Amino acid sequence: MLHGRQNALKLAGVTFLGSYLTRRLALAVPTVFGVVLAVFLLIRLVPGDVVTQLVGLEATISPKRVDELRRLFGLDRPLPVQFAEYLGGVAQGDLGKSLRTGLPVGRELLRRFPVTIELAALGLLVALCVGVPVGVLAAVRRGRAADYLATGFVMVGLSIPSFWLAILLILFFALRLGVLPPTAYIAPRENLIGNLLHMILPALSVGFVLAAAITRIVRSSLLEVLNRHYVRTARAKGLAEGRVILHHAMRNALIPVVTVVGLQFGTLLGGTVIIEQIFSLPGVGRYALEGINLRDYPVIQGAVLAIALAFVLVNLIVDVCYGFLDPRIRYE
Amino acid sequence: MDSLTLESATSRPIPRPRSRLRHRLLRHPGARIGGVLIMIVVAGAALAPWFSAYDPIAIAPVDRLQGPSRAHPLGTDIYGRDTLTRVLHGGRISLAVGGLSVGLALAVGGTVGAVSGFFGGWLDAVVMRFADVLLAFPAILLAIGLLAFLGGGFWNVVLAIAIVYTAPLSRVARAAVLSIRHEEYVDAARVIGAADGRVLVRHILPNAVAPIIVEGTLRLALAILAEAALSFLGLGTQPPAPTWGQMIAEGRAVMTFTAWPALGPGMAITITVLGFNLLGDAIRDAFDPHAAGR
Repeated sequence: MLHGRQNALKLAGVTFLGSYLTRRLALAVPTVFGVVLAVFLLIRLVPGDVVTQLVGLEATISPKRVDELRRLFGLDRPLPVQFAEYLGGVAQGDLGKSLRTGLPVGRELLRRFPVTIELAALGLLVALCVGVPVGVLAAVRRGRAADYLATGFVMVGLSIPSFWLAILLILFFALRLGVLPPTAYIAPRENLIGNLLHMILPALSVGFVLAAAITRIVRSSLLEVLNRHYVRTARAKGLAEGRVILHHAMRNALIPVVTVVGLQFGTLLGGTVIIEQIFSLPGVGRYALEGINLRDYPVIQGAVLAIALAFVLVNLIVDVCYGFLDPRIRYE
Repeated sequence: MDSLTLESATSRPIPRPRSRLRHRLLRHPGARIGGVLIMIVVAGAALAPWFSAYDPIAIAPVDRLQGPSRAHPLGTDIYGRDTLTRVLHGGRISLAVGGLSVGLALAVGGTVGAVSGFFGGWLDAVVMRFADVLLAFPAILLAIGLLAFLGGGFWNVVLAIAIVYTAPLSRVARAAVLSIRHEEYVDAARVIGAADGRVLVRHILPNAVAPIIVEGTLRLALAILAEAALSFLGLGTQPPAPTWGQMIAEGRAVMTFTAWPALGPGMAITITVLGFNLLGDAIRDAFDPHAAGR
């Protein structure tokens, strides 16, 4: 009897989570649509129109070719038709072709995305491995030297530009000490160790801001939780301080960390664009910048769209994690 | 409590909270350090020609890539220009882009957010879906995307950063208005017959201003970081005008020979951003003393 009731409760929880998931997914649909529309409209920002800009680069082009290019961009048709076509293409993974190389943008993005994902994931790993322990230390030793050092780290971490940090790291570790390899990319399939060695500095550069943000939120949420009655109870019943922190306080203190990771993941993902450029990593961000230098508009559009959609997906995952961690969210 | 003290307390109710706020701010160590850092940067940028006799743009190949010396405290760049001079002049662009873009984002986003939170309904729903789309892009990526199509240059950078920060600022303004829309003093103002506009401007906004000021100050720090990143990528104010990001990019090109050209501008960015971050946090603490120290 009791068993059956527990099962029913569990089932209710699952259904609630299911409907929560459905609701979040439904909310993401208009956002994705808006993102595709915004990226489609970007090309309208080009002063004059795209074709005059492109033709401006190459003087020896015939008026006939100009008209041909206009048709290629679909500029001779009404805007809604153009958008419908673009949306249809995106839905099928067709993001147009590079104006320079003629290669399909979608395929190129698929080839480069793993590099960006690896960089972002390692950056996140760095941020968690630094931010959580330093934040806990600062909270436990509140008002002492370790706390002040951690606070200093947070303020500098939130203020230092990641691309400058990257250059400092290269100057120090690669050029001065020579302990880490200079900028280059090795595919993990070729040589996993070499790949990881080459990823250390980029991951540090890209994860530093997030590490500072996580340190700050872990410190403040742990401080808040440490005043709660259940922590006092745990201490009163004679548990070791380490166990109180780890098993009682941390569990609840970690929920805001998920929020901060979600909020700051955009900074991390945006940071990869610049860091890839500095370390010559062939990711999506570098692809976008190559496109910018060559005024290869379909390439820029495709790369921006890919990163933005990845960000939408990450936010969705964060929301779902949040629903798992904090049941109250599901009933909002 | 006798009637005398009650009377004296009600006769001057307005200046007290504000002076207490100023007092808290002046005593806050973060506000002091941040304020000094910002004053140094602003003075350096404003008085650049008086601090340094060098020209920030004219090239002097004989002096190129020098280390620090008495004549050039931060060394020289690949064209022989004094790095300190260029850092000071670059501060003008950074501060101007930061101030103008955040000001524009505050004016547009703050107004839209406040109005949409105040009236609610379909207007609010539309505005917030629009903000959702802008917020679906990582900030720097949206700025890069806008500038890739608009083209670089000072005003386009201001515009791009302003567009990016409009959405978050509108959210903050909206949340601030929503949180006090149903306070008793707002209802009281309505009961005595105040019109919507008056209620919003005279009764709600003065009480919703704290989170907006805090967010604006912290966005200033982010805008200066964004400007630096954009000009590092060559999408910002175009050379020969000195910008910090572009100076770091030039320094990176010669970093196998000398570290100096990249060091000066990077320190300038860090100091400026640190100043605004410290000040923003301090203002938040001053407005909300209970949360301070956490």
